[in-house]
Amino acid sequence: MLQYIVRRVLLLVPTFIGVTFLAFAIMLAAPGDPVELFLSGGLAAGTEGVNTERLAEIEEEKERLRHELGLDRSIPVQYGMWFSRLVRGDLGDSIKDRQPVWNKIRDRLPVTIVLNTLAILITYLIAIPLGIYSAVRTGSWLDQASTLAVFMLYSLPVFWVGTLIIIFFCGGDFFAWFPPAGLHSLAYEPDWPWWQSAGDYLYHLAMPLLCTTYGAFAALSRFMRSSMLENARQDYIRTARAKGLSEPVVILKHMLRNSLIPVITILAGLLPALIGGSVIIETIFSIPGIGQLGYQSVLARDYPVVLALFAASTFLTLLGILLSDIALAVVDPRISFGRASR
Amino acid sequence: MNGDPSQGQGSRAWAELRRNARAMWGLRFVVVLAVIALLGDVIASDKPYYLEVDGERYSPLLLDYQVWLGIGKWPEPLANADFRQLAERADAVLWPPIPYAPTAVDITGDIFESPSRDHWLGTDGLGRDVAAGMIHGIRISLTIGLVVVAIQASIGILLGGFAGYYGGLVDILLSRLFEMMLGIPTFFLIITVAAIFPPSIYTIMAILGLTGWVGIARFIRSEFLKVRAQDFVTAARAIGASDGRVMFRHILPNAVAPVLVSMAFGVASAILTESGLSFLGIGVPQHLVTWGSILAEARSSTFAWWLAVYPGAAIFLTVTAYNLLGDGLRDALDPKLEA
Repeated sequence: MLQYIVRRVLLLVPTFIGVTFLAFAIMLAAPGDPVELFLSGGLAAGTEGVNTERLAEIEEEKERLRHELGLDRSIPVQYGMWFSRLVRGDLGDSIKDRQPVWNKIRDRLPVTIVLNTLAILITYLIAIPLGIYSAVRTGSWLDQASTLAVFMLYSLPVFWVGTLIIIFFCGGDFFAWFPPAGLHSLAYEPDWPWWQSAGDYLYHLAMPLLCTTYGAFAALSRFMRSSMLENARQDYIRTARAKGLSEPVVILKHMLRNSLIPVITILAGLLPALIGGSVIIETIFSIPGIGQLGYQSVLARDYPVVLALFAASTFLTLLGILLSDIALAVVDPRISFGRASR
Repeated sequence: MNGDPSQGQGSRAWAELRRNARAMWGLRFVVVLAVIALLGDVIASDKPYYLEVDGERYSPLLLDYQVWLGIGKWPEPLANADFRQLAERADAVLWPPIPYAPTAVDITGDIFESPSRDHWLGTDGLGRDVAAGMIHGIRISLTIGLVVVAIQASIGILLGGFAGYYGGLVDILLSRLFEMMLGIPTFFLIITVAAIFPPSIYTIMAILGLTGWVGIARFIRSEFLKVRAQDFVTAARAIGASDGRVMFRHILPNAVAPVLVSMAFGVASAILTESGLSFLGIGVPQHLVTWGSILAEARSSTFAWWLAVYPGAAIFLTVTAYNLLGDGLRDALDPKLEA
């Protein structure tokens, strides 16, 4: 077991390097110069009556900046520099405002984590019981209704739902039931009692949370139901019934345990969504989280920030795959840890 | 073709699919959409079908098409004419059901007009007719969906086929590549690439196509591994068939059915991703009108509910139709799942 895990972890390293190098190469080979963007916002904006002397000065300044950022070296060399800093835990500084990338990420992390953790919890708490119920009472009205509802939710684009919520429920010409943006009310004071600030926070997160939850919920309960149904037809279930076990024991102990296998693999897919998945929702509801940071940094060509987030995303994706493989191996005794495991 | 094993399987699956009412509704919807997309210029256009003015009879829509093909020329009175002005003094005029071009800007008149008899689905901030934009948006959505899936299937079948058929070192190297592709945080990569390259539907097609093929490749690989040791493959090789012929004529037909399933889901997901990108403003170029770009306008003009409701519903229905179709195909092709 330990050997299996060590081998898998070692295999992750070249994969991680491959993926991040790919992203690195795409970013640097792409049209658009971060130095140009940075200067047009800062230095060059102050130039009045551009004369040749000033232009030459700007060119010089650009060269200096490029050199400072290492942008004048070849892509593999730059990647090597970036990677060796990454290994030492240094993510570099943002090009846009010269802040350390790590500080920017740290400021944005809490909201995204709260949002996604709550979403995953709610998803599993509703989807698993519903999936079990649907599979056990196949054809009941609740099963039929939930199957249909889940199917619709599954195809419902999150950017549409988010926009509709903003238009119809968050001020505007219709209802003003929820705040359209941000995390705190205007009246918010830092010295509010904890329950009041927590309530205010959750009130602001309610609609984003709804948007984050329903998609994963639909995918999971669909999966759960079909997985339960597949197991229900297996011989071992018939055996369990034949030897006189009660129905709850058959369902909860025998059927459920085996049905959980695919459900674990879904969790692996949710990990990288911590960053990528929140881009749209955080943009719609103006939530200052990781997704919004990523989107803004991409637009500003802020390479250090984008690459750091990309590396983190890749790490989470690989970690998700690894964890789900290990969890599968633990849950399913038929999966061996030897060479034949792949 | 009588001996082709996929033939029997195909017609059985079709019969199975026809019994699935939900999948058939999905299929019907997809066909209707395709027809509307093909007829887009006839349904929504600012050129009348028929115009009788100053004693002359014209068919501006047909003329427009001829000019576009390079086989016709505008007659003098119609060259650079404003057909709406012309129609006012015309003896007879027959307009298309939606008498607007999707990109015709009209900032002097009806901007942000809510749905009315003139503009069935309202207008946007530039006075463009939403209904016309949606009709033409079908084309872009369907084209992107189909092209993306074609790219994904080609790469997936080719690489998966090589890995499974040749095995050994080829398989080891390609499998590492597949694992690497799985490790890519796809949506973040797509956003990054879409944002840093100039917006264009070809860029979108390329990134979505190049990032989404791993599922098909891994599936084809395992199918080829399973099948390559079977007698009919050995027999085909024994009579001197080339590797390419064995792979594509003999093995592939056995593995192609499930690829169809993932292609149906693939179209749904490509349409969803494209409209998501256009919604964020980093997908297609500004001058193109797509479902996602109409919806994006509703973000900044939250009073214009019609800019959100209609295009969003179109995306939702299309994605649902393809998902229903994919679901139905999967049930039809997988005898194991029959309850």
